[in-house]
Amino acid sequence: MSMPTTIPQPVERENYLNKEYGVWSWLLTTDHKRIALLYLVSITFFFFVGGFFALLMRLELLTPAGDLVQADTYNKLFTMHGMIMVFFFLIPSIPAVLGNFLVPLMVGARDLAFPRINLLSWYLYIIGGVMMMHCMLTGGVDTGWTFYAPFSTNFTNTKIVEAGLAIFVAGFSSILTGLNFVVTIHRMRAPGMTWSRLPLFIWAHYATSIIQLLGTPVIAVTIVLVAAERALHLGIFDPKLGGDPVLFQHLFWFYSHPAVYIMILPAMGVVTEIIACFSRKRIFGYSFVAFSSIAIAVFGFLVWAHHMFVAGISIYSALVFSFLSYAVAVPSAIKVFNWTATLYKGSIHYDAPMLYAFGFLGLFTMGGLTGLFLAALGINVHVTDTYFIVAHFHYIMVGGAVMGYLGGMHFWWPKISGRLYPEGWARLAALIVFIGFNLTFFPQFLLGYMGMPRRYYDYSHMPEFQVLNVLSTAGATVLGVGYLLPMVYFLWSMRYGKPASDNPWNAAGLEWKTASPPPTFNFDEEPVVTWEAYNYEELDAPHKREVPVAR
Amino acid sequence: MPDSTLVGLHHEEQHHPELLHHFAEPQQQRDAASLGMWVFLATEVMFFGGLFCAYLIYRRWYFGDFGAASKTLNATLGATNTAVLICSSLTVVLAVWAAKTARRTLLLVSLGITLLLGLAFLGIKGVEYKDKFVEHHVPGASFSFDKVPLPGHPGQYANPRHAQIFFSLYFIMTGLHALHMIIGLGLFLWLLIMAWKGRFTPEYNTPVEIGGLYWHFVDIIWIYLFPLLYLIDRHP
Repeated sequence: MSMPTTIPQPVERENYLNKEYGVWSWLLTTDHKRIALLYLVSITFFFFVGGFFALLMRLELLTPAGDLVQADTYNKLFTMHGMIMVFFFLIPSIPAVLGNFLVPLMVGARDLAFPRINLLSWYLYIIGGVMMMHCMLTGGVDTGWTFYAPFSTNFTNTKIVEAGLAIFVAGFSSILTGLNFVVTIHRMRAPGMTWSRLPLFIWAHYATSIIQLLGTPVIAVTIVLVAAERALHLGIFDPKLGGDPVLFQHLFWFYSHPAVYIMILPAMGVVTEIIACFSRKRIFGYSFVAFSSIAIAVFGFLVWAHHMFVAGISIYSALVFSFLSYAVAVPSAIKVFNWTATLYKGSIHYDAPMLYAFGFLGLFTMGGLTGLFLAALGINVHVTDTYFIVAHFHYIMVGGAVMGYLGGMHFWWPKISGRLYPEGWARLAALIVFIGFNLTFFPQFLLGYMGMPRRYYDYSHMPEFQVLNVLSTAGATVLGVGYLLPMVYFLWSMRYGKPASDNPWNAAGLEWKTASPPPTFNFDEEPVVTWEAYNYEELDAPHKREVPVAR
Repeated sequence: MPDSTLVGLHHEEQHHPELLHHFAEPQQQRDAASLGMWVFLATEVMFFGGLFCAYLIYRRWYFGDFGAASKTLNATLGATNTAVLICSSLTVVLAVWAAKTARRTLLLVSLGITLLLGLAFLGIKGVEYKDKFVEHHVPGASFSFDKVPLPGHPGQYANPRHAQIFFSLYFIMTGLHALHMIIGLGLFLWLLIMAWKGRFTPEYNTPVEIGGLYWHFVDIIWIYLFPLLYLIDRHP
């Protein structure tokens, strides 16, 4: 079917999308851009699977009685929702899609350092994903995504080992992505691309990779211990046999707390790029933003026991972990202040990516500030295992990470697809997501503070909670519409969208200096960088709109 | 076809045959591979780190029981295996040197001896596992550790449950170490085949070098495992 939009360009330039066709040219590709698209399709699938479980849970909570599903099913719903969203959507979302696509382009490389390992990481992800789907379809797991011992090791008769192995395999995929990024950022930068000229997206991904590399192996070995314990009743986590279940929690959260920063740091990187571009200003305090990413990665490893204040840890270690949890707020706040200062006196454009970035700013700040409530020992004990916690981490993971992901998808969509998305629809979707999100999760703060526990499928003893639960469920459907819309118009724009120029936003950054979509080896000539990052003053100067690529 | 795409082609023609398309020069490719292996080894440190952490906690909790359980391990075989691995590290270093200085025979012999030493290690480990199996020291339903005296407490016996935790950690730690040895053997077999085909030259020997890094790392893990598991309660 031929469309008028395709006629003005009779000879389409060769790029990574049209170079080869056919299934094998995708399944055996080592091109980081194609692998990014493979990841895009797979994580979108898992996002909707996980979202489906969330919707079922919200429907169950519409009425106080446990009427839509039984308790066992409900336990499996929140477990599979958590496992899929954490390990198969959020952790790979921005790094494996946008990071994979953009890291080589942004540093001026022809590919990631190890292209075949990059493809291997996608296959590991798929193997883990298939195992997880199989586990889910043949019974699932009911322990919560945290699979605490000794319930997971001695009592539940659901498929812990299979789910654990799925996460183990997906974890290796995450490690390999991080390894590729670290080596690429160290060794593959184009001439002139010094560390202080790197986009802050790269700094954020560097920090993320450090966490992926040093955190993920710990959850891997924890899963090995759980599987062995379950198979042979070793007693490592079983208090009856002299083991320590709290040790499991320490090992689990040693990874799973930093994992939150695997989700949020890349989103921070995305938002930094968007805010600089749509304020037409150099980012305020470049080095502070860069090093706050590293600081978050380092501090992030030292706060894990704040998940365990009621697990019987010593009050002295609780005090230390409480203090350190406050400390990790400092680099996060540095970022928020620097973004705000960048906006100040900027010439702000309200395009869709910027709307998502604004959404991120507000929601991440909410999530972060309620995180400070939780770092306080007294309040923590009061709201542990209530909907306050649920609301808090969804403000970070959905309000923060997913808003960042969607903002980034809109910002770089012209580069990825070579087409423009429909701006009006995109702004509408951003608005719907923001409203739907707040409607879903703000009532949960109130519910939690009033004492509604998480993971309950029946609250008929407290019918006064229903109003807020109905609001939350209504919000979830609005949010669902907000998430479906971008998928629809992105797919539509791939065929009918207007062809994008090389740099539709007139943005700084090497990725905008090559064609849209880029050729297979990214740049026709090896770029040499002679300018500083975010040189928007120069880009917008009337006498020269484009800084020449020096040879 | 526009001229600009030809620039890249011209650039590629002068490449060394082993230089992959996305690297500018062999030095960059070498550095990337070496850094990649070091970063991977950092993840391996964390992987074993979780186990060492569990070991340290339970060793402190069940000090005497761990001592008693440790004493039942065969320190002679453990020491022999330590010696075997240290020798294999020497042959790996020789192999790297031989690859860099184009000494083909030495390269083949060193890689071969490394393989044999690795197999010897696994064989000895197998004998030890068999002994533990015969003694009912494998954790699980048939585990038994009755009436083993507690070191330093005359007349008292070790708690079998706590000893079982020691043996659980023993099998998981040495088992994962052995798995790494098996992967290393596969790696070195591949290196031997490549060396036999004459693929390694003074200009291109990165696989030998990073394979060697991996092998040394697996050795070092054992250097920590040996005293922690075998020697914690040995007195002259």
